[in-house]
Amino acid sequence: MSAQKDRWVSSFSFLLFCASSIPMWGSARLLQELSPQEYFSSLQAGRASLAYFSHNVSPGAQPFLEQIENSAEALQDYGISVVKVICPKEDVSRYCGKENALRKAYLFRGNMLIREFPTDALFDVNSIVANVLFALLFNEVKYVETLADLQNIENTLKGRLNMVFAYVPAIGTAEHRAVMEAAFVYGTVHQFVLTTEATLLKDTGDDEPDVSSARLLFCHCQWATDLAQPCRRTAMGQALTMLNIHRHLKLMGAPLVTEVAEDPEKVSTVHLQLGLPLVFILSQKETYEADRRTAEFVAWQLLGKAGVALLSRDLVDLNILLRSNVALKTPDEGVPVKYLVLEDTDEVITLVEDKSKVKQIQEEEEEEEEEDEDVKENNNQDIQDDQVVEAVSRDKKRELPLEQILVLTEETFHSALMETARMVVLFYASWEAVSLAVLRSYTEVADHLEGTHGVLLSRVNCWDWPGVCTEENVTQFPTIKIYEKGERSVMYNGMWGTEELTSFIMLSRVPCPLKLATIDEAEGYLRGEFPSELSSYHHTSLLGVFSTATSEAREAFEEAGSILSGHVTMGMYFEDDALTLSRKYAVSPPALLLARSGGRSVEGITLSKQNAQDMVQMIRYELLDIFPEITVQNLPRYLQLRKPFLILFSDGDIGQVESKEMLKLAKGRAQQEFVACWLNLKKTPVGRGVLKAYFATMPSLPVLIWVNFHAGGQVFKFPSEQSITELNILSWLEKLKSGLEVPSSTLSEEDWKPPLPAYDFLQMMETAVPELPLHTPQRHGDTPVAQRPPESPGGITTTQEEPSRETKAEKMGPSGTDLRGTAPRLAAREKQGKRHSEL
Amino acid sequence: LGLTLYAGQLCAVSAADFLYHDYCVIGAGPSGLQAAYFLQRAGRDYIIFERSHAPGSFFALYPRHRKLISINKRYTGKSNSEFNLRHDWNSLLSHDRKLLFQRYSHDFFPDADAMVRYLEDFASLLKLRVQYNTAIVHVMLEKDRQAWNGHYFLLTDQDRQNYKCSSLLVATGTWVPNVVNFPGSEYVEGYETVSINPEDFAGQTVLILGRGNSAFETAENILGVTNFIHMVSRSRVRLSWATHYVGDLRAINNGLLDTYQLKSLDGLLEGDLEDLAIIKDKKGKLHITLRFYLENRNTSGGIDSITLPQDELDNFATRAPYDRVIRCLGWKFDFSIYNRSLRMMPGKGNKKKYPQIKPSYESRGTRGLFVLGTASHSVDFRKSAGGFIHGFRYTTRAVHRLLENRHHGVPWPSTVYPITQLTNSIIKRVNEASGLYQMFSVLADIILLRENATAFEYLEEYPVGVLAELEMQTGRKAPGGLFVIIMEYGRNFSGADKDVFYYNRAVGEAQHAWQSNFLHPVIYFYKQLPTEREMRLQHPDWPLPRPDAVHHIVEDFLTDWTAPNAHILPLRRFLENCLSTDLRNFFAESCFLFAFTHRKLPPFCRQGYMRLQGLLGSEGLRRHAVEAGLLEDYTLTDFLGDGTPDNHKGSQDQLLRDHVIPVRPLQHLVNAKDE
Repeated sequence: MSAQKDRWVSSFSFLLFCASSIPMWGSARLLQELSPQEYFSSLQAGRASLAYFSHNVSPGAQPFLEQIENSAEALQDYGISVVKVICPKEDVSRYCGKENALRKAYLFRGNMLIREFPTDALFDVNSIVANVLFALLFNEVKYVETLADLQNIENTLKGRLNMVFAYVPAIGTAEHRAVMEAAFVYGTVHQFVLTTEATLLKDTGDDEPDVSSARLLFCHCQWATDLAQPCRRTAMGQALTMLNIHRHLKLMGAPLVTEVAEDPEKVSTVHLQLGLPLVFILSQKETYEADRRTAEFVAWQLLGKAGVALLSRDLVDLNILLRSNVALKTPDEGVPVKYLVLEDTDEVITLVEDKSKVKQIQEEEEEEEEEDEDVKENNNQDIQDDQVVEAVSRDKKRELPLEQILVLTEETFHSALMETARMVVLFYASWEAVSLAVLRSYTEVADHLEGTHGVLLSRVNCWDWPGVCTEENVTQFPTIKIYEKGERSVMYNGMWGTEELTSFIMLSRVPCPLKLATIDEAEGYLRGEFPSELSSYHHTSLLGVFSTATSEAREAFEEAGSILSGHVTMGMYFEDDALTLSRKYAVSPPALLLARSGGRSVEGITLSKQNAQDMVQMIRYELLDIFPEITVQNLPRYLQLRKPFLILFSDGDIGQVESKEMLKLAKGRAQQEFVACWLNLKKTPVGRGVLKAYFATMPSLPVLIWVNFHAGGQVFKFPSEQSITELNILSWLEKLKSGLEVPSSTLSEEDWKPPLPAYDFLQMMETAVPELPLHTPQRHGDTPVAQRPPESPGGITTTQEEPSRETKAEKMGPSGTDLRGTAPRLAAREKQGKRHSEL
Repeated sequence: LGLTLYAGQLCAVSAADFLYHDYCVIGAGPSGLQAAYFLQRAGRDYIIFERSHAPGSFFALYPRHRKLISINKRYTGKSNSEFNLRHDWNSLLSHDRKLLFQRYSHDFFPDADAMVRYLEDFASLLKLRVQYNTAIVHVMLEKDRQAWNGHYFLLTDQDRQNYKCSSLLVATGTWVPNVVNFPGSEYVEGYETVSINPEDFAGQTVLILGRGNSAFETAENILGVTNFIHMVSRSRVRLSWATHYVGDLRAINNGLLDTYQLKSLDGLLEGDLEDLAIIKDKKGKLHITLRFYLENRNTSGGIDSITLPQDELDNFATRAPYDRVIRCLGWKFDFSIYNRSLRMMPGKGNKKKYPQIKPSYESRGTRGLFVLGTASHSVDFRKSAGGFIHGFRYTTRAVHRLLENRHHGVPWPSTVYPITQLTNSIIKRVNEASGLYQMFSVLADIILLRENATAFEYLEEYPVGVLAELEMQTGRKAPGGLFVIIMEYGRNFSGADKDVFYYNRAVGEAQHAWQSNFLHPVIYFYKQLPTEREMRLQHPDWPLPRPDAVHHIVEDFLTDWTAPNAHILPLRRFLENCLSTDLRNFFAESCFLFAFTHRKLPPFCRQGYMRLQGLLGSEGLRRHAVEAGLLEDYTLTDFLGDGTPDNHKGSQDQLLRDHVIPVRPLQHLVNAKDE
C-alpha cells in the first residue's frame, strides 16, 4: 500500500510540474468498454477502478456518462481506471441484473468493492474525483464532525506530525477535490482533517467565518510542546485550489528561519522561488541570540507571506551602512536588495505586507488595464484626462454670477477705460478652459471687491472681439490688465487665484513706490497704517530712504517699484530730514527699511545695487521668510532659490519647541545652503500626497524631511526617534553629506511623455489607400526618381485612380454608429447601408 | 536699405526720362488697391497706374446684368470680425471698419455699382496713390546689376511717358474677352456688348456659347421672354455646390438647368466650338452647321449649297434656326503689353488664360514681377478662391509679406508663444481665421518649433506651395520641425459629377476625422522642412508632401471647432505625440505635488506655476476635478494615516471605498507613461 502510494506520489509530482505540458492523449480513449467477464478478470490486486454497468441503451443516464467519461483522464493520473461495462441483455448477475444497480458506479480496489456511488453524487468531474479519492484515502483524511474529534486528533499529533485542517462547505466541490488531491500527495507527510461543519471553523480563532467559502489551516503540531495549548495555526489566504494548497504546504514545510552566510544577492530560497520576498535580519555575533529571537518572531508573523533569513554580518563582507539592520529581497529579477534601518518588528511586517498589497493591487490593475485594452483598444483616447478642461466642462451648465463684471466690446472698450479711474480687464476666450477657470476666480474677486471705490472689473471675450485683444497685445488667454485712466496699463503676472488677484488689484491702487512727504507719514507707513487703503491688508512694507543726492539709486528704486507694482508695497522718502529716519534705524542712505507684517521690527538694508533689475531681485529675496510655511501659492518662490529643502511636515501648526529649533537652524550659518521650511497638512492637504509618494505608508507626524530637488533628487527622513533640535538636525545633515544615510526615496526623473497615443490618421489613410503614393522616396535618397509631369492636364490621372480609392475608403468608413454626425442627420436611424458609391 | 537709397539717387539722375518708384502696380482693381493698401501701410514708395478715370473699371461694365455673385452676408450671429470675413466675399482687407462692404450694400448678392463705389472709397479714404487715365502699353526690362532683381522694369504709357520700377505688381485682371473664330463667327454677339434688355429678346430663339456664370447670367435674364435658349459648350456643366469652387456655375444663376430638366424647351448641348460654323439665311436666321461641311463645299455655290447637319441626320439637335447667337466665353489675361524679354507665358491647358506664375505669385519668366488678383488664379484654378476678391485679398497680403522680407529685411510677421499655448493657438486660428478658410489648401498657417520645443513661432497664411523655401522667403528659421495648418475638403468629395448629398456624407466621430468631407482643418507635422524635390514629387491630390504625422480635426456642421472632447482633445494628443511631451493643463495643486515628487515638470507647470502663474482654480472647479478622478482630494484622507479608533472602522472603509475610484485615474495621471 505504502509503496504504491509512493508511486502515486511521484507520478503526481510529475503531474504537478508538467501539468500543462502533458499532451492530451488524443484519440486513444481513456474510457475502456469491457464485458463483465473481461472486466472482472482484468482487475489487478491493489489497483483501483471505477466501473459502471450499462445495457447498451440507457438514455436516462446520459449526462452522468458524459461526466464520468470526462473524469477518466483525471482519475488515470491517480492510477484509477474507469471502465464502462457493457452488460449483455440476458445478464441478470449482481451488477447487471438489477435495474437499480445500473444507476450506480462502483469503486473497486483489486476485486474488492470499496464503495458504490449513486450517480447523482457524481454530477461532474470535480465530484467524481473528490468522491473517489475520498473513498480511497479513507485513512489518510480524517473526516470530523465535532470539536472534540478535532481536538483529539490534534492532541495525538502534538510533537509528532503537523495537521492540515480543511473546511469545505460541501462534499464533491472543486475545493473538496483540491483538498483530496493534496491529501493524495501529502497524506503521508501531514495529517489531513476534513470537515463540512462550519462550527468547527468558529473555534479556530476566526470570529466570523464565511461559511460559504472553504478554508484551509496549517496547524503546526509537530513543534507544539504544551499539550494544553492548541497548535499554532497558519491560515491559507488564497482560494483553495490545488496549486495554492501545494504552495502553502511547501511554504509551511520550509524552515522558519534560514541562516545564511553569503551575499543576500546570491541567496535563493523556496520563498523567492514561489514569488515571495525574503527578509534578512542582519545580525552580529554580539547580538546573535536576540536577533535569532527577533527573526523567529518576525518569521511567525510573516509565515506564508515572506521568508525570513538571518544573516551574520561577521561572516559576510557587506558594503552597507553599519546602521542598517534589515534587508529586503524581492522575487523580481534585477531589483537590488534594499537595505533599511527599521525600528521595530512591526515596521518589518508592514514593509512586507504593504509591498505585497501594493503589488497585488497593481497586478489587478494591470490585468484590468490589459482587459480594457483588449476590449476597447485605444478608446480611452477619447476620455478627457486634462483636469482643468474636464472640471470646466463639468461646470459649464452652472450660470456664473457675472453681474458685477462689465462686458466690454470692440465698441465700448476705449470709452469704458476713460470713464473709470482703474479698470481691471480680463481678456479670455470663451472656448478656452484655463481662461474659463480664471473667469470663475474672477467672479470671486468681484465679490471681494464689491463696493471698493475706483476699481471696476470687466472682461473681453477675445473669441468675440479679436481686434481689441490684438490691439492690446493680448497673445495668450487668459490675460489680466489693469488700466489706469488714460495713462498706463499693468499686466497681471501673479498666480491665477482669487486672493492673489484681489491683493494685486488692491496694492496696485497705491503708487509704487509711494512718495512719502513727512517723517510721520514714513513712520505710519512702516507701521502699516498709511496709506489707509492698505491698512487692512497684511503685507510687508518696504521703505526706500534717500538723501537728495542719491538720485541714481532713487531712479533705480522707482523703476523697481513699477516692476513690482501690485506685488509689494514700496514707499520712498527723500526729504531733507531723511537722515533722521536713517539714523533712527541705523542705516545710511540710500537704504531700504523693511517692516514685515506681523512682527513689528524694522530691518535696515543698505542699497548697494544701482540697477533696477538687481534691486528687484534683491527686494524679492528680502521678502522671502526665513522659516516659511510652504503653501501651494508660495512654493515656486522658494524653489527659485534652487536650494535643497529641509521641510517639516506637520499636521496642523508646528509645536513651539520645533518651531524655535528650526528657526535657530534657519538663522544659523546653514541658511545659505538650504531652505528651512515647514508645511501645514491641514492647510495644504496635498502635502499628504507628497508624503505618500515618498513613503509607502504615512509616517508619524511631524516628520522632518530633506529633499534635494536639484542634485540627485534624494529624499531623506530625519529619524523619528530623535527629537527635532538644531543640534540633532545638524549632525544628521553632516551624516547626509558624508553619505552615511540611506535615502527613503528618490524623485522620479521621468520625462513627461504624451499620456496616450493619438489617432494615427497617416497610417489609417495608408491602410485604406495603399496605392496612394503618399510616400516620397527617402528624404535624401539617391535613387533617381522618374519625374512626374508637372501638371496633368484635365486631371486624367486622378480620375483614373478614383474608383478604386473610393471603394477602399468605403470599407474603412465610419462604422455607422455615430449619432454625433454633424450633417443634417438630427436623429437619424442608422441605416446599415453602404456609403455612397460613385458609379 | 542702402540699396534703396542708391536706387533712389539713380532715379533722381535719370528723372528726366523716367519717373521712378520702388513698386509699380498696374491696375486699380480690387487686387491693385489691396496691394497698394499694404504698401502704403508699410511706408513703401509705390504707384498704381489705372487706365480708367476711376478704380474698378471692370466692375463698371461687368457683370453686364449687374448682379455680383459674391455673397455679402451681413449676419453670422457672431461679432468676431475676422470670422465674419469668412462670409464677406467683397470687402478688401483694411484696418478701417468703415470699409466693410456691408456698409455699401444690404443685398446678399450686391449690385456691381456698389462695388465700384466701394473701390472708389477704398482708394480715396485710404489715400492710395493711384495715377488714373494712365494705360500702360508696354513693359520692358533694363538690366542693372544694382537693381533689386538684377533689372528695372520700364513702363510706357499711352502718352509715351516712361516709368521705372524695381518691382512690378501686375493687377490687371483678366479683361480680354475670349473669342472663338469659326466660319460665321461674325454673326455672334459678345457678352460685353449684348443687350441686357429682355424686351429685345421677346419671341426669339437664342443660342448661347459658353457655360460659365456669364452665360447662365445672360440666359437667366432672357429666360422668360425667349422661345427657347440653347447653350453649347465643350465641357459639361460644373455646379459650384458640387465642385466647391466658387467660379463654377452658382445656384443663383442656374434657372436654365431647371427649365431644361423640366422640359421647357431650353437645353444644354456639348460640343467643340472650334468645329462649329454659323450661316445666315436670307431671312436673317442663323443656322448651325459644322466647319467640316464648309471646307468641303464648292466655293461657287450660294448659301443654299451649304450642307446642314440635318440634311444627313434629320434629327440633329440644333436643327432649328436661331435668331441670335451670343458668346459668353469669359476673359483672358492681356499678354500684349509685355516685351518678349519678360517671358510672360500663358499657362497650359485650361489655365491658358492666365500667365505662368510660381506658387509665390512671382512670374516664372521674370524675377521681381508678381501677378496679383484674378490673373494669379493659375495657382489654384478650379480649386480655391485665389481668382476672387475673397481669396486674393489674402494672397496679395502674402505677396506683400514676401516682398517685405525680400527687399526690406522685414521678416514675415510672427508671434512667439510658449509651448503650452500650442493647442490654443491652433484652435483659435482654425475657428476664426478667414484667410485659411477662404484660401483653403493654398494658404497655410505655419508653426515653427524652437529647439527643444519649449516655444514656437506662429506664422499666418503662408503660401503652402513655397513651403520648401520658407526660411528664405520669411526670414524665419525652423530648427525644431514644423506644423502646417490648412483646411481641406474631403479627398473625393468635390467634383462636377459628384453626388454631394449622399447619405452619411458627414463624419461625426473624431477617430474617423480623416474621412471628413466638408471643409475641415488638417495639421501636417514635419520633423524638418520638406525639400523642393519632395514638394515636386508630392501626390497631385495632396496639397503637401507626405508628413511625419497628420491630424484631421473632424468636420463640423457649425464650423465651430471648440468642442473639448471631439476637437481639442484629439488635437492635443496629436501635438503631444509629435512633440513627445504632455500638454495637459494642471491646477497649481497638481504642479505642487509634481514639484515635490518629480525632477521634471510638465510644460504647463514649468511655464506657469513655476513662474508664479499657477492656476489655483476655484473650489468648485477643484471639486469637479476630484469627482472626475483627475485630482485627488487629500483632505478626505485626513485621518486615515494616523490610526483611527476601531469603532469607526466601518465608516472609514466606506470612505476608503469612495475614495478608491478617484485614485486610479490619478495614478495614471501621475505616472504619465507611454505604456
